[in-house]
Amino acid sequence: MAQDDKQLIQEVTQSEYKYGFVTNIETETAIKGLTEDTIRFISLKKAEPEWLLEYRLKAFAKWKEMKQPNWAQLKIPEIDFQEIIYYAAPKRKKELESLDQVDPELLDTFNKLGISLDEQKRLSGVAVDAVIDSVSVKTTFTETLSKHGIIFCSFSEAVKNHPDLVKKYLGMAVPPSDNFFAALNTAVFSDGSFCFIPKGVRSPMELSTYFRINAANTGQFERTLIIADEGSYVSYMEGCTAPQRDENQLHAAVVEIIAMKDAEVKYSTVQNWYPGDKNGRGGIFNFVTKRGICKGDHSKISWTQVETGSAITWKYPSCILSGDNSIGEFYSVAVTNNHQQADTGSKMIHLGKNTKSTIISKGISAGQSQNSYRGLVKMTKRATNSRNFSQCDSLLLGDKCGAHTFPYIEGANKSSIIEHEATTSKISEDQLFYCQQRGINQESAVGLIVNGYAKEVLNKLPMEFAVEAQKLLSISLEGSVG
Amino acid sequence: MKIEKNAIPALKNIPHWFDIVSDKNGNAFTGLRAYRQLALEDFNRLGFPNKKMEKWRHTDLSASLSFDYSLATQDFNMQDVLSDVFECDVHDLESFVVNLYKGRFVFKENNLFTLPKGVIVGSLSAAFDQYPELIEKHFGKYGKTDKNAFHALNSALFLDGLFVYVPKNVIVEKPLQLINAVGASDDVLVQNRNLIVLEEGSQLTLIHCDDSYNYKRSFTNSLTEVFIGANASLDHYRLQNINNNSTLISSLVVEQERNAQLSTNSIILNGGLIRNETYTKLNGEGANASILGVYLADKNQHIDNQVFVDHAVPNCTSNELFKGILDDYARAVFNGHILVRKDAQKTLAYQNNANIILTDKAVINTKPFLEIYADDVKCSHGATVGQLDENALFYIRQRGISEDNARMLLMYAFAADVTQEIKIDSLRDRIEDMVKKRLRGELSICDQCVLQCSSPEKYNFEIDMSKI
Repeated sequence: MAQDDKQLIQEVTQSEYKYGFVTNIETETAIKGLTEDTIRFISLKKAEPEWLLEYRLKAFAKWKEMKQPNWAQLKIPEIDFQEIIYYAAPKRKKELESLDQVDPELLDTFNKLGISLDEQKRLSGVAVDAVIDSVSVKTTFTETLSKHGIIFCSFSEAVKNHPDLVKKYLGMAVPPSDNFFAALNTAVFSDGSFCFIPKGVRSPMELSTYFRINAANTGQFERTLIIADEGSYVSYMEGCTAPQRDENQLHAAVVEIIAMKDAEVKYSTVQNWYPGDKNGRGGIFNFVTKRGICKGDHSKISWTQVETGSAITWKYPSCILSGDNSIGEFYSVAVTNNHQQADTGSKMIHLGKNTKSTIISKGISAGQSQNSYRGLVKMTKRATNSRNFSQCDSLLLGDKCGAHTFPYIEGANKSSIIEHEATTSKISEDQLFYCQQRGINQESAVGLIVNGYAKEVLNKLPMEFAVEAQKLLSISLEGSVG
Repeated sequence: MKIEKNAIPALKNIPHWFDIVSDKNGNAFTGLRAYRQLALEDFNRLGFPNKKMEKWRHTDLSASLSFDYSLATQDFNMQDVLSDVFECDVHDLESFVVNLYKGRFVFKENNLFTLPKGVIVGSLSAAFDQYPELIEKHFGKYGKTDKNAFHALNSALFLDGLFVYVPKNVIVEKPLQLINAVGASDDVLVQNRNLIVLEEGSQLTLIHCDDSYNYKRSFTNSLTEVFIGANASLDHYRLQNINNNSTLISSLVVEQERNAQLSTNSIILNGGLIRNETYTKLNGEGANASILGVYLADKNQHIDNQVFVDHAVPNCTSNELFKGILDDYARAVFNGHILVRKDAQKTLAYQNNANIILTDKAVINTKPFLEIYADDVKCSHGATVGQLDENALFYIRQRGISEDNARMLLMYAFAADVTQEIKIDSLRDRIEDMVKKRLRGELSICDQCVLQCSSPEKYNFEIDMSKI
């Protein structure tokens, strides 16, 4: 890659967040409630082909027969699915005139995260005099990517321009009837991202940056489909470390990844949706189905997630290791504070020979929150010589929170090895004392120790996000000690 | 969701059995009738568990429940069974033996004994009449008829079982051995109910054997309620060696007071379908529970271990270790659950489940759960599924030991982590020997009774003694 390109990318990578991209689409809202008509309305609005409408309707029929799952260690207030507006083109937020009008608590958080003033303005909805034209940024990216033959666009565009690919792969990893929330998403998904990496291509950039500009405000029912063809590589970043205020209470997203022979996909998430206030009022319900299939031999899918937001998180990024010698990885840090609840973990389903999987999960609970790891490791008869290692650690800060571990381990052949270990403990008094003795105040010391504890996972994040994620961890735990 | 009622032959007999049982036993004990009635209602509501239930996902009872079982409600001529059952005795083990046959108490003259220092041992149904005040405090207090269908069924239909009462500060030196034998006739349903009460500062060793002495099919549902008072200690062993046609559901429900010690060790050698449920509530500070088990399964056997440790108060410790070796088509389930309640600070809890799978047909499902609501705790768990260590095998073979022997040695050592914890020397030797035999495939079905096969004359000396 030419030096200029690199520089440009560098610049944009670092500025992507600062100069926002606010689409000004007129608001069109579907009527409240979920019926076949709502789905037809959504499909019509998006000018979708007939097969996709059929697909949605089928999922809706399945969804109607399903019950909301209640097996998770979560207390979910009753959700009235008829009270939700299922299609709203992104609303333009009321612009504020200066930062003075912004909630000081939010500004405080921005400062701690090290977010620049301009960016603060964008994130909190203050009108910004745009310096860089977002559209041109987008164009530069599109050019770079298309040079490599990479298709990266919104889901709606993909349906229009690459219907064959969408039709072939949609629902391959997460079938419409997979679970209650996946069925709901399939019926009413608004938009999302589509990514196709052709044979032998190594994506020249982290797809995160472009994604963040392109797919902001995709709504509450997001659909992502990533296909990595033979021998390709892509690193994909979803989400944002900055606090996200969103009016939608319920988020039910679906992410599907398909990795062909020798392909590798690295998917990183930082989730920082509004967690509700200190008394547990409000906050986002985040019910996400994420699954990848290592379809080809020697393929690899790696999930990394930092979960700090949402009032309720219900999320199990999974890998189906169907190709021989394929690899699945899951690295997670989940932080809950105040009244947050998280039930998250991973499923590793070994179907192919010599498949390997690693699960590293670090849970941190503080305040009155509940944090659970729930995971499945399954070795089928065919998955000979396979290997799994899982480690789930929980850290408790305060005596009112809970940390739980629910691993499911199923072995069914004689040549595979499964190892699982988990510990639960509180933050070490000795370590705290050591830090405080050296003049580090208690809060910073906790931040330091927690970051050390989560380092194994944070190291897996793309570099620029790792730094932000570290700060985010400390901020999420503010006020939880002492 | 319940299984269709007419799909389970046993269900149609339950009202009939209930009438017989509730007329027969312990009517002097007020409240028993009402208790049974409630339990029956609970059972009717719950139904037999099925695979759609989280706790029964991997254990399918439908085959076990497909037979038309009969409940042995009438008394036996005990003399007939004596010769069969009473031979059971661990060689060299000096113990006080109590026998149950098809869920009925087997006795010569007396069915309720008062031993020195006020220790009471004997038939629960007799104790209902003689010691209602001792029973009342604990009976039915720990088993959960409203949540557990088998507890409910047992409470509604039990005929008899073992009652043990150890008064304050009494140490029972001699181990007590309960032998529950099934056999003789086909398709027997057994509902045993045991109540063990250890008052403050007392000590007891209890060996609970479940044996079948032939191939006849049976279904045993046993519920043992245990109260361990402050500073008291119970050393409990479950030895299970039943035939491959038999099903055994064995529940142990324990309540532990301050500084109470529980040590329970399950040795599962053979059985068609065995499900052991162990619940303990650490209800006083300083209590400690040590729950161990080893299971060796082959053919179509199914072994299920469910352990629930409830840390209700601060400063308690618990330790779980379960090890299993699975051969042929065997399936095993382990479900460990440690609950640390709010304010149960300074809890130390450890849980470990290790499994060796020898074939591609054997299946293990293990779920070591931790549910923790207190912060100043140290809890950890581990679970492994794997094979014998190739390096260790190589090392042993290099030293001239055949591969078969090397494997045997490693498997034996694997199981020894649990068996060596047996505190009674003679029992440990016996069990270790049986594990060896089991691993060599020599513990045949005809040696069903753990204790029968221990009779010394069955051993042949390799050297002909007469020629010396």
